[in-house]
Amino acid sequence: MDLKDYKNVWVFIETARGEVRNVGLELLNQGRVLAGANNEKLVAVIIGKDLDAAAKTVTAYGADEVILVEGEEYKDYNTDGYTNAMVKLSEKYKPAAILFGGTIQGRDLAPRISCRLKTGCTADCTDLAVNAETGDIEWTRPAFGGSIMATIVCSQTRPQVGTVRPGVFKKAQPDDSKTASIIREEIRTPAEEIRTKLVDFIKSAEEAGVKLEEAEIVVSGGRGLGKPENFAIIKELADVLGGAVGASRAAVDAGWISPLRQVGQTGKTVGPKIYFACGISGAVQHLAGMSSSKIIVAINKDPEAPIFDVADFGVVGDLFEVIPVLIEEFKKIKAS
Amino acid sequence: MDMLVCIKQVPDTEEIKKMDPATNTLIRKGVPSIVSPYDKNALEAAVQLKEAQGGSVTVLSMGPEQAKDALKECISVGADRAVLITDSAFAGSDTLATSSILAAAIKKLGNFDLILCGKQAIDGDTGHVGPEIAEHLGLAQVTYAAKIEIKGDIIVVNKEHDDGYEVIEAKLPVVCTVVKSINEPRYATIKSKMMANKAKIEVLSAADLPDIDTAKTGLNGSPTRVLKTFAPPKRGSGLRIKEETAGESALKLVQKLVEAKLV
Ligand SMILES: Cc1cc2nc3c(=O)[nH]c(=O)nc-3n(C[C@H](O)[C@H](O)[C@H](O)COP(=O)(O)OP(=O)(O)OC[C@H]3O[C@@H](n4cnc5c(N)ncnc54)[C@H](O)[C@@H]3O)c2cc1C
Ligand SMILES: Cc1cc2nc3c(=O)[nH]c(=O)nc-3n(C[C@H](O)[C@H](O)[C@H](O)COP(=O)(O)OP(=O)(O)OC[C@H]3O[C@@H](n4cnc5c(N)ncnc54)[C@H](O)[C@@H]3O)c2cc1C
Repeated sequence: MDLKDYKNVWVFIETARGEVRNVGLELLNQGRVLAGANNEKLVAVIIGKDLDAAAKTVTAYGADEVILVEGEEYKDYNTDGYTNAMVKLSEKYKPAAILFGGTIQGRDLAPRISCRLKTGCTADCTDLAVNAETGDIEWTRPAFGGSIMATIVCSQTRPQVGTVRPGVFKKAQPDDSKTASIIREEIRTPAEEIRTKLVDFIKSAEEAGVKLEEAEIVVSGGRGLGKPENFAIIKELADVLGGAVGASRAAVDAGWISPLRQVGQTGKTVGPKIYFACGISGAVQHLAGMSSSKIIVAINKDPEAPIFDVADFGVVGDLFEVIPVLIEEFKKIKAS
Repeated sequence: MDMLVCIKQVPDTEEIKKMDPATNTLIRKGVPSIVSPYDKNALEAAVQLKEAQGGSVTVLSMGPEQAKDALKECISVGADRAVLITDSAFAGSDTLATSSILAAAIKKLGNFDLILCGKQAIDGDTGHVGPEIAEHLGLAQVTYAAKIEIKGDIIVVNKEHDDGYEVIEAKLPVVCTVVKSINEPRYATIKSKMMANKAKIEVLSAADLPDIDTAKTGLNGSPTRVLKTFAPPKRGSGLRIKEETAGESALKLVQKLVEAKLV
């Protein structure tokens, strides 16, 4: 493998029912920085069905080039089809790097692709930079449940592959006057090679409303809520603010709320504008999932709770007294 | 149903509190080693399937000699056979190298209908090893399984998703990674612990895995390399709000958020 043959930064654009998910747009913005450092192009790669609108979106968000692979077999995400398409594209165009969102889909797909390409993959990154001397990407990620950060390089093989947490980088301002060259690649995956079949989707009743990972405001409740019914005030605060409900593992383990709502090392990673931690002590494993939030608000009656060490605004008090007042006040602001 | 579960022995990350400022590595002295929590869920899932429809459960781990303790613990909660891969040529392998070694060992150990892993190990935290084993073995993968059912030679999985569960079907053999909510792992009894203590752990070294090129394993043979480690950046604490009453504190918070144009 001659490393010099490999050029350009690719961003895999995850879509959900044809809609581009935020994390891909965030990665385009940071991908621009990485590509610029090596004088390379920024390429958005989208796999799916009926992708014209998605191609327009990524163009407005700054891709120089858009590669589309469309087909009935890519309508729903499946590991085998998407891996086949990405590996064929990578072999043909030889990108220097491919960035994926650190989502359920990205973390299913990226290691499968990197393994087939016999290259390295760095997981769940929270920072990306280019080494000025070597041009290699320096991938920084938390490990050991967030107790340590590691900077990782993949210097001998290409492409360099990695997944990046949603919410860590910000999207650019879209600009509809931008243009990009659109390349349509015809890659077929025969039905018998797609070995998994999506037969149903069980929407959890609690999961209606704003998506946790994309929410600009997240209101999370912890063990301090005391019992399941008390999640109602968390929900009400989230609703008033147009935000999503999250939870600590203690609340999930107690069975008060769906595991899909867990924020943290082993739950979801969020990076909203404001994160409210209500009755949550602030264990490192919880912080691992929300510390890239822009503003952290903590409400806790224990002034010694570690959550206060990271909170921008730390209210020391009983959440059952504080939150109802917040709800009333935010309602007033909304009405005015 | 012959099943194989991949088990990683990890430091109990809940007990890791400090970093060594001189080396910027975690102080692991005195930190107990445990079976990575999701691997216990993977094992429990396999044992439940065995109890329901017969078959066998093999556990496989790569790690130092002391990982035998982790494997014995697995036997005490229902594994039938335990295999440890240990060789200095494999130390420091990244996920690509680790998965290639595990896959080569799995091939050697038999034909399995179902291979189970945890969704991620709690130290490396990558979640790569399951999908990569599937790739090396040329098998289908289903990640983030919150429920597994077997119907003949078909596996039906509820896969955790953003706002619900995808129901995924695939023909066995399959590699599956599991999340915590799939089950509640059982505890060993005093009797099963004593039996497990006497159990034989099979050991494989690089010499037993001729398919593995040791130039491509270990710290030097891995494509990714840890350049440096450091303490996570500290977010400074900001404003502490504690007024006379909780209601006043709440009002002050709202005022601050409005001033900062956050709401
Ligand atoms: C491998 C591993 C992975 C983990 N992954 C995660 C993860 O992904 N996410 C996660 O969250 N945790 C995770 N944990 C668990 C984590 O270590 C903590 O146990 C958990 O986050 C604690 O949840 P909590 O803050 O809700 O509960 P607690 O620590 O019990 O805190 C409750 C807080 O509520 C406060 N409180 C009580 N009553 C009131 C009141 N009336 N008003 C205001 N405040 C009140 C208390 O002062 C206390 O600070 C993980 C642990 C391990 C070992
Ligand atoms: C700070 C730090 C950061 C790292 N970052 C990366 C990185 O980004 N990319 C990379 O390629 N490597 C990385 N590594 C190396 C990686 O941690 C090791 O390769 C590790 O042995 C396997 O990865 P994991 O712990 O992430 O396992 P995961 O892939 O998270 O484990 C998933 C499942 O695979 C099975 N499994 C994993 N390891 C074993 C084993 N040894 N024996 C049996 N079953 C196993 C278990 O069922 C486990 O639940 C890093 C190492 C360190 C110290």
